[in-house]
Amino acid sequence: MTRITVKVDGSSFTDEVEPRTLLVHYLREQLGKTGTVVGCDTSNCGSCTVHLDGRSVKSCSLFAVQADGHEVTTIEGLAANGQLHPMQQAFHENHALQCGYCTPGMIMQSLDLIADNPDPSEDDVRLGLEGNLCRCTGYQNIVKAVRAAAAAGGAQ
Amino acid sequence: MIPAAFEYFTPSTVDEAVALLRDQPDAKVLAGGQSLMPVLRLRLAAPETIVDIGRIGELQGVRDDGDALVIGAMTPHSTVQADPLVGEHARLVSLATATIADPQVRHRGTFGGSLAHADPAGDLPAVAVALDASFVIAGPDGRRTVAAADFFEGVFSTALAEDELLVEVRVPKYTGWGAHYEKFNRVAQQWSIVAVAAAVRLDGDSIAEARVGLTNMGSTPIRASAVEAALVGRPATPEAVREAAALAADGTSPVSDLNGDADYRRHLASVLTRRAVLSAAGTG
Ligand SMILES: Cc1cc2nc3c(=O)[nH]c(=O)nc-3n(C[C@H](O)[C@H](O)[C@H](O)COP(=O)(O)OP(=O)(O)OC[C@H]3O[C@@H](n4cnc5c(N)ncnc54)[C@H](O)[C@@H]3O)c2cc1C
Ligand code: FES
Ligand code: FES
Repeated sequence: MTRITVKVDGSSFTDEVEPRTLLVHYLREQLGKTGTVVGCDTSNCGSCTVHLDGRSVKSCSLFAVQADGHEVTTIEGLAANGQLHPMQQAFHENHALQCGYCTPGMIMQSLDLIADNPDPSEDDVRLGLEGNLCRCTGYQNIVKAVRAAAAAGGAQ
Repeated sequence: MIPAAFEYFTPSTVDEAVALLRDQPDAKVLAGGQSLMPVLRLRLAAPETIVDIGRIGELQGVRDDGDALVIGAMTPHSTVQADPLVGEHARLVSLATATIADPQVRHRGTFGGSLAHADPAGDLPAVAVALDASFVIAGPDGRRTVAAADFFEGVFSTALAEDELLVEVRVPKYTGWGAHYEKFNRVAQQWSIVAVAAAVRLDGDSIAEARVGLTNMGSTPIRASAVEAALVGRPATPEAVREAAALAADGTSPVSDLNGDADYRRHLASVLTRRAVLSAAGTG
């Protein structure tokens, strides 16, 4: 076992983990943050996307020990004071989820995209979400939601 | 799935990492993990020891070293892609890096990891070969430098021994050259079915020097020397470039797989070479 200290959604955690524990399993099973989900074994689907020190990563593709000393933000860290984050609100308003499985990853990657490009074109959004698969294929409304959030200044 | 258990080490210097690779049983380097993690999760590999090189400061970043740029092995794709020095002196590297995978993978995956992994469909090996990059390797007996042409030995196989670490890659400066990476794939985040890396230096309207590398046209990246020779001294016109590009598949032995058979890949090689060279010359 290895001791790690990680800041997750604003709170600091110190825990013992096995080195082979994936970051996503640490988040879900040790911290109870089940908002972040796992959809594949091959690093393709993006449903596990979180931010590591402010940049999007697939949390199934690093070990929890690699996050030692770093800061993680999950989908559960976005809403504040009972208010949805503007990106979450835009997904809600634009009907950008069907089963909702891809949604946490889509939202986390959309925020990364908008941080780099506050006014993305439709093509920019599609390319920026290249690493996120929606099995319900609801891409039209996802793209619409991201552009709506961007237009409303939803980068924060 | 969850990977098999292993001993985990986080060396903070290259020397420490090399000592671990030498002394620990069945040790594997972990860089960005974007190729290694899926392999471990599917238990296609189960090394006893993982040496995580992510906390070695000297492996990070891009620096100017006179007539070459030096790119640290642990520099993430997203950093390389946005680096102004790379954009100015080795634009082909920026362009090819931008086509790799997706943003999340580019935040973690590294320049050195992609080269050490030596996937025939990987995008950076052909670029390294086209640009005559050289690879600085550290091992128990010190450091050595290997030319890109000698580094890639086969599918997932390189000049690196099991107790050696790729430290950095020296890319000669191609300041003022035009560049283009033409990648052919069919779906999002897919690897190259075939891709062509091209850099050209123009003298007036004609091509003074050319570098062309082919991705996924054999078990190793291939330098299209016949194309390069046929381009030199010719005008950068569609006709002249088409003639030269017709030589692209000469001497290659691409695989046949679900994405296309060998003949189809040979055809792609010449079409993509024409597009890549014309775009690099700004006449495409
Ligand atoms: C969904 C997805 C799509 C992808 N698409 C593409 C694509 O289109 N094109 C492309 O080129 N790549 C693609 N990749 C791979 C990506 O570029 C990886 O970043 C790269 O292959 C490996 O880099 P890494 O830093 O993640 O290495 P790791 O996965 O950590 O390591 C890969 C291998 O190299 C060895 N290694 C790594 N660094 C060193 C070193 N410094 N010295 C010695 N050995 C070392 C490791 O031991 C391991 O065997 C994709 C990956 C994913 C998950
Ligand atoms: S679970 Fe599919 S990319 Fe992480
Ligand atoms: S909404 Fe069902 S996977 Fe995207």
